[in-house]
Amino acid sequence: MSAAIDIRDRGGPAQPLLTVDKLIKHFPIKKGLGGKKAVVRAVDGVDFEILKGETLGIVGESGCGKSTTAKLIMGLIEHDSGQLLFDGEKIGSRALPMRSFRAQTQMVFQDSYSSLNPRMTVEASIAFGPQVHGVPKRQAIERARSLLARVGLEPTRFAARYPHELSGGQRQRVNIARALALEPRLVVLDEAVSALDKSVEAQVLNLLLDLKQDFNLTYLFISHDLNVVRFICDRVAVMYLGQVVEIGPADTVLASPSHPYTAALLSSMPSLDPDNRTEVAPLAGDPPNPIDPPSGCRFHPRCSLMEPVCPANVPPLDGVGELHRVACLARQPGSGHSLAPAQQVAA
Amino acid sequence: MLSFILRRLVAVTPVALGVSVVCFMLVHLAPGDPLSAVLPVDATQETIDSMRAAYGYDKPLPVQYFIWLWHVLQGDLGTSISSGRPVVSEVGRAVVNSLILASVATLIGFTFGTFFGFVAGYFRDSLLDRLASAVSVFGVSVPHYWLGMVMVIIFSATLGWLPPTGAGPDGSGNWRPDFEHLRYMILPALTMSVIPMGVIARTIRALVGDILSQDFVGALRAKGLSEFGVFKHVVKNAAPTALAIMGLQLGYLLGGSILIETVFAWPGTGFLLNSAIFQRDLPLLQGAILVLAMFFVALNLIVDVVQTALDPRIERG
Amino acid sequence: MAGTTTPVTAGIDPAMGAAGPKPEAFVASVGFWGGVGRKLVRDPVAMTAAAIILIIVAVAILAPWITPMDPYRGSMLKRLKPIGDATYILGSDELGRDMLSRLMMGGRLSLFIGVTPVILAFIIGSGIGILAGYVGGWLNVILMRTIDVFFAFPSVLLAIALSGALGAGVLNSIVSLTCVFVPQIARVAESVTTQIRSRDYVDAAKLSGASTLTILRVQVLGNVLGPIFVYATSLISVSMILASGLSFLGLGVKPPEPEWGLMLNTLRTAIYVNPLVAALPGLAIFIVSISFNLFSDGLRSAMEVKS
Repeated sequence: MSAAIDIRDRGGPAQPLLTVDKLIKHFPIKKGLGGKKAVVRAVDGVDFEILKGETLGIVGESGCGKSTTAKLIMGLIEHDSGQLLFDGEKIGSRALPMRSFRAQTQMVFQDSYSSLNPRMTVEASIAFGPQVHGVPKRQAIERARSLLARVGLEPTRFAARYPHELSGGQRQRVNIARALALEPRLVVLDEAVSALDKSVEAQVLNLLLDLKQDFNLTYLFISHDLNVVRFICDRVAVMYLGQVVEIGPADTVLASPSHPYTAALLSSMPSLDPDNRTEVAPLAGDPPNPIDPPSGCRFHPRCSLMEPVCPANVPPLDGVGELHRVACLARQPGSGHSLAPAQQVAA
Repeated sequence: MLSFILRRLVAVTPVALGVSVVCFMLVHLAPGDPLSAVLPVDATQETIDSMRAAYGYDKPLPVQYFIWLWHVLQGDLGTSISSGRPVVSEVGRAVVNSLILASVATLIGFTFGTFFGFVAGYFRDSLLDRLASAVSVFGVSVPHYWLGMVMVIIFSATLGWLPPTGAGPDGSGNWRPDFEHLRYMILPALTMSVIPMGVIARTIRALVGDILSQDFVGALRAKGLSEFGVFKHVVKNAAPTALAIMGLQLGYLLGGSILIETVFAWPGTGFLLNSAIFQRDLPLLQGAILVLAMFFVALNLIVDVVQTALDPRIERG
Repeated sequence: MAGTTTPVTAGIDPAMGAAGPKPEAFVASVGFWGGVGRKLVRDPVAMTAAAIILIIVAVAILAPWITPMDPYRGSMLKRLKPIGDATYILGSDELGRDMLSRLMMGGRLSLFIGVTPVILAFIIGSGIGILAGYVGGWLNVILMRTIDVFFAFPSVLLAIALSGALGAGVLNSIVSLTCVFVPQIARVAESVTTQIRSRDYVDAAKLSGASTLTILRVQVLGNVLGPIFVYATSLISVSMILASGLSFLGLGVKPPEPEWGLMLNTLRTAIYVNPLVAALPGLAIFIVSISFNLFSDGLRSAMEVKS
């Protein structure tokens, strides 16, 4: 299964595995009879790339659009506009039909119980995908059992069990095995460890790291837990109200955040180390309503660095360092914000 | 609240129209020509055609429907074939009799059902609870027409205490609120009350159990509220649902009374429907069913509105 | 699956033995229905009800061979004999026919006209409901709003209206009752399917590239049919009462066929002469109806497995 050179790797190592370009999804909602039609701007212009072999984390509060982004990528929801490229090919195009894209991309859901069919044995659930793709039942079951062994569940004990007979951690291992059964290149992990106990979570995270090595995987890791993201991710994207506000190497972003929202998220995280405590005020209140987001920079009503320019101008996602980009007027030269760095003089 | 009522009215309109379509189609569902009951056996083709035109049966179905609907909206349900009287007046008299019987039955059923339900809900898994559950299973399982017969056997045929059939001593006609007429009502009303009793007892039991197991009841008790105070809270929380079920049960009884009315020869809609069916009086059948179904739709609407008005938890927005 | 002739037990293919890990070590698991069955067996009320139903069904099926007398032949001289009569154990009816034989024979038609509509409605209603629930969108709106119209009729009224318009007869009575139950089952099927459709495992199946039909068959059907089935069993009792009720009104089975509702009707005239015999057919309907209700209750609580 694991190979040094993947024949499916058409674009070469430099070609991002997934390119998300100006992705937009608005959900229409009805506001009563004769009421005005409104939309929830769940995902409102998201851009990022996932490089081959890396783990990209997406963090943000609940409702920021991170799970919707995952479902848009997987094609479980249709996007309104924007583009999705997988290894350089447009998903759903003739070069890359949905079916063959899906064979290369799988997803692990947050709710380990709801993501397994309660009437199917564990091995049948894992074998379902390969069977759909034409693998004979016996071989599919064999593959399911070897995957069970690979995710740390003894097949002789677990293969014929039903989901309700397993613990949450065991079920999530089954879900991971199911995702791997189609030999994907990209695995989207949507809050995959969030529902687990801390000790189990650590085991599953280590398992994920091992599997990534063995199966040559690329991860998109969606979580609200910054500690977990710091542990597993190479790069991290921070989302706020349907947009990416900061993206960069995990070490940089989580150690010295450039966006006040990232800083606030970090400071709201409990830390036992007194040296790690930040001076930034933790986030107050709930995120604003995505039906009617604030003007200009969407974070301005909750931002400690808010100045009159913020409600007026939309900050672009601009580079502040190598591979590190942020959407904040206080970091953008010439934005008019008092903290903005001086305009760079062209050499 | 007013906008809520308006919105419910708008929502109920297509249902009401659908009901009218079903009732209209009933006549055309019937095997043979709807005219066959009125026409003499030896009618010539010419007579048939002229009759067909007179009744409007020569037009295409959708056109017939709208003509019929137009008449219905003006309160004209056609003419009964067997009696020659307007269907509206026939149905009107019967509905009054049925409504009286169904209301009394619902009231009896509600009283006993609520009692059993409360007792069972308060004392879960006790002997009383089992008894109440048995009563409710009995209520939903017993063929009520048979229960009516058993009642007649016991109280009329054997004991001779109560009259077995009819609405009053003068034979048939209308029910009046006096002692003699009351005696005629006891058996059918008691029989009929068993149906809602079972349903209401079952629902109230579940409802009371739910409310008692909620956190706020524990908080009230911890606050030192007396058991009677807790009881009042339970009643306040159970009342909207209980009333809603009572309303719906009234509707079911009104529409479902045909069997019991037949057993007791009660001069209501059930009795009317029965004779309409056997005399193949299709306009009467159609009219009676339309009136009963519309009554049920209206009752649903009222229940919905009243429940919403009583229950602060339901969103009116 | 195709081509294997060896029986497959608990999802383990015995043919695995040669190549794969040792199959004897596999822990066989009790499936969902196995668990339901175990719980049901431990429920004395449901088991008693099931036993009664089985006995009555068996008697009804075997009736033509085991009735003590000819259920059709009467004698004007031996009318309305009381229960406990030397020849007629359960008495005789208004035409002097043996009640026991007629009750046994009557079970055939009563069960047939009572259970058939629920089976038909289960098939049709599940189809409509699952389609509406899974496809959603406009199809759902159209189907479910149509169903709402039928909910505007109390079920007794709808049954009588339809069979009154169609005319008397066994077939018409089955058709009318089927029409009464289809909307009820479809509504339950729709809501269960809508719930299941939003489960992550359905999404996971989509992600594996399965077609809609495969997802419906493998992932959805097994999870929705159970609850719909339980609901359908709870309708049998009502259906029995209504079907016999239609016959009682003269809208179902025609004489001289023995059917409990019809027998109850013809014996109405006898309540002053021999009340106990007159009440017997109704008692039969009641026993079957309450047995189905109790069994359905037991089945429902046995299926409430997980938290």
